[in-house]
Amino acid sequence: MTAVEDPTSAVDLPAAKEVGQARRRKEDARLITGKTTWTDNMVLPGMLHLAVLRSPVAHGRITHLDVSAAKERPNVVAVYTGADFAEEQGSLPCAWPVTPEMVNPGHPSIAVEQVNHVGEAVAIVVARSRTAAADALEAIDVDYEPLPVVLDMEQAVQDGSPLVHDHTTSNTSYHFVFDAGDAGTGGDTEQAFADAEVTVSRRFVQQRLIPAFMEPRSVVVQPSGDSYTMWSATQIPHILRVMAAMVTGIPEHKLRVIAPDVGGGFGGKLQVNPEEILCLLIARRLGKPVKWTETRGESLMTAHHGRDQVQFIDVAADRDGTVRGLRVRLLADMGAYLRLITPGVPALGAFMFPGIYKFPAYRFECDGVFTNKVPTDAYRGAGRPEATFAIERIMDELAVELGMDPLELRRKNWINTEEFPFTTVAGLEYDSGDYHQATEQALELLGYDELRAEQKRRRESNDPVQLGIGFSTFTEMCGLAPSRVLGSLAFGAGGWEQASIRMLPTGKVEVVTGSTPHGQGHETAWSQIVADELGVPFEDVEVLHGDTAISSRGLDTYGSRSLVVGGTAVVKAAEKVVEKARVIAAHLLEANADDLEFTGGKFTVRGTPGAGVGIQEVALAIFAAHDYPEGIEPSIDAEATFDPENFSFPHGTHICAMEIDTETGFAKIRKYACVDDVGTIVNPLIVEGQVHGGLAQGIAQAMYEEAIYDAEGNLTTGSFVDYLVPAASDLPHFDTGNTVHVATSNPLGAKGVGEAGCIASTPAVVNAALDAVRHLGVTDIRMPLTPERVWRAIHAGGDGGDRAAQGSNAYGGARTTESGIQEAAQ
Amino acid sequence: MTQINVRVDGASYTDDVEPRTLLVHYLREQLGKVGTVVGCDTSNCGACTVHLDGQAVKSCTVFAVQADGCQVTTIEGVATGEGESATLHPVQRAFHEMHGLQCGFCTPGMIMASIDLLKENPDPSDEEVREGIEGNLCRCTGYQNIVRAVRQAAAEMSGTAADDPQAQPAAVDTAATEHVAAQA
Repeated sequence: MTAVEDPTSAVDLPAAKEVGQARRRKEDARLITGKTTWTDNMVLPGMLHLAVLRSPVAHGRITHLDVSAAKERPNVVAVYTGADFAEEQGSLPCAWPVTPEMVNPGHPSIAVEQVNHVGEAVAIVVARSRTAAADALEAIDVDYEPLPVVLDMEQAVQDGSPLVHDHTTSNTSYHFVFDAGDAGTGGDTEQAFADAEVTVSRRFVQQRLIPAFMEPRSVVVQPSGDSYTMWSATQIPHILRVMAAMVTGIPEHKLRVIAPDVGGGFGGKLQVNPEEILCLLIARRLGKPVKWTETRGESLMTAHHGRDQVQFIDVAADRDGTVRGLRVRLLADMGAYLRLITPGVPALGAFMFPGIYKFPAYRFECDGVFTNKVPTDAYRGAGRPEATFAIERIMDELAVELGMDPLELRRKNWINTEEFPFTTVAGLEYDSGDYHQATEQALELLGYDELRAEQKRRRESNDPVQLGIGFSTFTEMCGLAPSRVLGSLAFGAGGWEQASIRMLPTGKVEVVTGSTPHGQGHETAWSQIVADELGVPFEDVEVLHGDTAISSRGLDTYGSRSLVVGGTAVVKAAEKVVEKARVIAAHLLEANADDLEFTGGKFTVRGTPGAGVGIQEVALAIFAAHDYPEGIEPSIDAEATFDPENFSFPHGTHICAMEIDTETGFAKIRKYACVDDVGTIVNPLIVEGQVHGGLAQGIAQAMYEEAIYDAEGNLTTGSFVDYLVPAASDLPHFDTGNTVHVATSNPLGAKGVGEAGCIASTPAVVNAALDAVRHLGVTDIRMPLTPERVWRAIHAGGDGGDRAAQGSNAYGGARTTESGIQEAAQ
Repeated sequence: MTQINVRVDGASYTDDVEPRTLLVHYLREQLGKVGTVVGCDTSNCGACTVHLDGQAVKSCTVFAVQADGCQVTTIEGVATGEGESATLHPVQRAFHEMHGLQCGFCTPGMIMASIDLLKENPDPSDEEVREGIEGNLCRCTGYQNIVRAVRQAAAEMSGTAADDPQAQPAAVDTAATEHVAAQA
């Protein structure tokens, strides 16, 4: 017989769940009124300002450096060069030696004898005001002996190439290999290609991008005796604290790092910056608070860049479209140095090239290559957009080769929903999803059939404006990360996250999270989670973060990890609070703890209507601590650390309809529809916002953005005039939707969403452009799809060519295309 | 140094400034009006947008001395009333309601530009909003919710907004209802 609960015992109806509500953000109140705490807003008594003299040459020896005149300028307190810090600056950290043999040349915060990229710090003026410091830079006298500049990766890896670092033996930092056959997760890749009925090979270029967060980086350091407080516009106050302590020798417990309001990051503020270390060293030397805030020009030139790979990808398949093998070889531009996770970014992508498809064999190889450019590092998606682009592009190329519909080819090879959990050829266990359902919904959102009909009409009438439709059926790994997995990849830290919950006497709740937001809305989402877990009002929850003195443990925000790892830590801490409160509630109710139920914030005794005590009342009772059980501590506060056992794997189908004016080369998105599965949605407004923002950046890679160096290694896109961050008028309306298949690796069932739009959208856009003009003989167009490139691809053949001078970018200048046309690089 | 007299967010100031001082630096560094921010060096991003005698300007393109004798309104002066009891400007409220901001760094400039846009065109279409704010860059939102916010504010200011002040973005667009429905 089944026990049925007495319905009359449900005295209080549980409040409507907060998770799933489109709560407006708590963060907004200060942001829409200008009551913000950006680092650059900080003013401290006696604060001095830093200005940095930066190298105008990409590679050279400093032969003469005289700062004496600058020291005499009015209001200048000190001027420093690399020689002043050579003994104490150490090397900026690289936390990810992807192979045991990886060559790390070391990364000084300020150049001592040699400069290796334009923008490298050479001297620093410390003055009473920002303007006085900047003015005095003019008075510094410096000469360089130029060295050969290494810019093109394909040339840099050739024997006899000049070296970026003359104490190394080649420009290759590392050679990373993942072979599914060797790993036991797949068959023999070479055999698969030898046996294949069809193979398709392509060379794709992932251009260099700049994260271009809106708030320029800013650092303030205040010394106090032998202790230091650093405010920084960083994504990673916790990691920064550990790393800065290790680099400078300042004991970790004497260093507090605060990330106040931070204006975006996108991976660009996942870094230990030279200027953060220099501010610490100078504050230590002068015993005075110092501030450095970059200009936009400095930001674009010296903050780390993203992407920049040459991808050689081969796919093997049967005539019927069944895929048999995948082979990837990458050249990944490290730039001049290895920063925090520079070498790891392509390695993060290594496991995602197979995408959602059931490849039986897979081999991945990557060379990390030094060039005389600013280092690359994390940028929204970090490795996974590159992988998604390559696989989604080559699936279209394979479809063309086979004469199949691109969606039909995908359907034939993707993982079916009943096959989850599915272990891929790269060894990852995908958790859940339904690629068919997402695709069907996206087709409907787009109005696919009508657009295909219109495409046909335009094709038949030879309309100068052609229409194309492009797909990206993507997945990504996110929620970085299971610590053991990171360990197996030789990453220098774990991937857990920490949270604690403090129950205040008045019933209010403080939630401390180690995950540090910079626009994602943690304060709101975490409040929703805690409101549900503890049954307290949303308004009664305050979320604290971003200060190592308040949030003592944490691993910060990147890799779509906050909710799935940090949010789960909050859930675990809340569960502990409830269990601790249960013992006290039982004592107060004179009941057995096992007989208590906890719903809607209230403990009640099963079968005893009316009797009960709220968790907020328990908080007050235990604060007074006059009456509580013996043998327990008088507190219901709790903390938890969560280390996930697996990644989560959001997926989705993105479809772009693109108009191409064949006479002008102008490309315009006609319609963009996507359906993403990010598991449980805590706040639909925030999820939608994250998707929108990701789409904007992914579309921007496809259509607008590229960091370009000239033949001398100068960044020619060093301002917002030349680096085209899209404006509202450059982007379309997005039609977005969701399916919900919960993640299995965390109790929330949530998958990451921060990077999804950015990872998914780029290949959909390029595939759409090609679909519009493929009948004109175009087989590839290099990103970004500028009108010039599109026009040249249509009218001159090739992939549209390089915008920079020959040999100056990572991707070569002139090269022979498949059709045999030698294209001219302008 | 040149002396200027300027009225900012309802208070009068008399200050000596260097002739080269930009209005945005004067606001931030001399007046402590740090709600207005600097996002670039080339007048592309619009983060520093304020109203100068009622017109939106990028305060990095105006010298402080040019503001002599002028009225300046910053993001800190658009709400009415003070402190927690202040009443937000409809555009501020709409940015909050429609999730038109994420990191919030571009938001002061975006709101100031949007207020000016609505003065010129009280009932803009989506396209007109996108054109109208193209001098302001946002890296977080992809602009769609900003467009929603500006149109929502337009409706509220002209008295044609839906009665429900908590109207969902879905009321003006497609996507959010499905999100909520999927979890109901």
